[in-house]
Amino acid sequence: MNPVLEVKDLGIDFGGLTAVNNLDMEVYPNEIVGLIGPNGAGKTTVFNMLTKVYRPTRGQMFLDGTNIEKMNTVEVNKAGIARTFQNIRLFSNLSVIDNVKAGMNNLYEYSFFDTIFHTRKRNDNEKLIEQKALDLLEIFNLSEMKDVEASALPYGAQRRLEIARALATNPKVLLLDEPAAGMNPQETEDLMNTIRFVRDRFNIAILLIEHDMSLVMNICERIYVLNYGTLLAKGGPDEIKNDEKVIKAYLGD
Amino acid sequence: MKNIFADLFSKKNRSRTISFLMVTCAYILIEVIMNTVGMSRLFKSLLVPTCCYIILALSLNLVVGISGELSLGHAGFMAIGAFSAVIVSGLTVSSITNDILRLVVSAACGSIISGIFGFIISVPVLKLSGDYLAIVTLAFGQIIKSLITNIYLGFDANGIQMSFVTNTLSLEGGKMLLSGPMGATDTAKISNFTSGFVMILITLFVIYSMINSRHGRAIMSARDNRIAAESIGISITRTKTLAFVVSSILAGMAGALYALNYSTLQPAKFDFNTSILALVYVVFGGLGNINGTIVSTVVLYVLPELLRSLQDYRMLIYAIVLIVVMQMTNSAKIKELMEKLGKKIFKKGEVKE
Repeated sequence: MNPVLEVKDLGIDFGGLTAVNNLDMEVYPNEIVGLIGPNGAGKTTVFNMLTKVYRPTRGQMFLDGTNIEKMNTVEVNKAGIARTFQNIRLFSNLSVIDNVKAGMNNLYEYSFFDTIFHTRKRNDNEKLIEQKALDLLEIFNLSEMKDVEASALPYGAQRRLEIARALATNPKVLLLDEPAAGMNPQETEDLMNTIRFVRDRFNIAILLIEHDMSLVMNICERIYVLNYGTLLAKGGPDEIKNDEKVIKAYLGD
Repeated sequence: MKNIFADLFSKKNRSRTISFLMVTCAYILIEVIMNTVGMSRLFKSLLVPTCCYIILALSLNLVVGISGELSLGHAGFMAIGAFSAVIVSGLTVSSITNDILRLVVSAACGSIISGIFGFIISVPVLKLSGDYLAIVTLAFGQIIKSLITNIYLGFDANGIQMSFVTNTLSLEGGKMLLSGPMGATDTAKISNFTSGFVMILITLFVIYSMINSRHGRAIMSARDNRIAAESIGISITRTKTLAFVVSSILAGMAGALYALNYSTLQPAKFDFNTSILALVYVVFGGLGNINGTIVSTVVLYVLPELLRSLQDYRMLIYAIVLIVVMQMTNSAKIKELMEKLGKKIFKKGEVKE
């Protein structure tokens, strides 16, 4: 089977500092992959390169076999990569449902002419958008808060809303940047179930950064470990748990 | 029937319903007063300009409040709309004899030309943001004013003639449309309060249609969080350009309405002060708040005129009112009070959902 997301020899320098170097990584369809490592290892930088917030200095990235090197953030999303952010980035003045609807901007398109003249095309598409948004909110347990301003949501709900918004763009690969940060054990447990459910329901691959090891070991089928910007280890949860290099990187000598 | 009512006053549509109700009621009320009790000349003369400033403030709100970019040159778009409409109206005075039709044609031309300028300017300008954008739009407003101040344009049997800086036109029995710093003279007054009312309705309709569409959501997302908006496939430049162009079209319409209400109009009218005035209306009414913008425009435009009898003190009172209201709207306690009041009023509509 071909990987849905593949990076080869990826690297980026900030001035003289090499943040990520020589990274090779594959994510296969329908797979949940973890990207872990100590603070400052370059995990989020990898996400930022994949979504073109940063331009990589070296290396290649392929989505479904297509080279995404020349694309910008918007085009990468249209091609099928959606993400969430470590420090939550919601549209804070929009309602919860509008946050999700905004994610469907390129999915159900209609022109400005349709907007002004309330054509049938607009009404039909808006109905589809509304329906899909309600479905997503239902999955993430946000239905009751759909008209609340996003900034008024509790922390855990904001994280869930961000995932819902990313999913609204119909991605092939979903990048989650610390989805469980700031959640209590119960919420983390629920989140794990939701992530698995989402993978099965939407048939997508998920790559996630997380510090909560119980979550990572529980739901990830394969794990990549980064340390100082280079790949330290990769493999299944059990291999990683017992890898001496990984234990050393996390706990020190 | 109950459902329709509940829908009109649901959280999503409430603001829209109130806007249309408020504007329509105000129109009917004023028409009734005019036709029964009568109205002083001062008041009558304020009606159309108030409509113009409401449209201008609403269009500026689209840029400043909804799209989140500061524009200090909106009077420039108003000027383009105004003088384009004057020219079109002057040229078609004999071919279109119906006043209403001529008003529609002139206002449409004014809006479209203003929209074209809006597009041309937005391409380089919207690559900037924040203070830089404000500076460029400020300059744009000044440039437009200066350009119009130096244009001499007229027509006669030989066609349209134009000269720049000095008046070199020799018209044979024709008519001057623009005469430099004097601006437009001898324009036929074809706009009235009803046309102003209709144009406000059009403006409201356009803005609310936009807000509840994918375009509006994209514009507001780009305002709230650039990076997140791009990450879900929203092109920042495209959405901001759209907001800017629509806003300039509406500002052009406001200008057309304004120009066709007076027989003479000088370009100096559309200076920096007018841009700032519109900005004050928007900020005063609340960024992105459409009903607030309408109310604040009416209050702040009419108030100084009513205070004319107080002469020197009127600007003082105006300033005090500004400061008091800004302080009040910043206080958490008063906001809470207003919210409670709002909840009481709209309780009925919500329960029925």
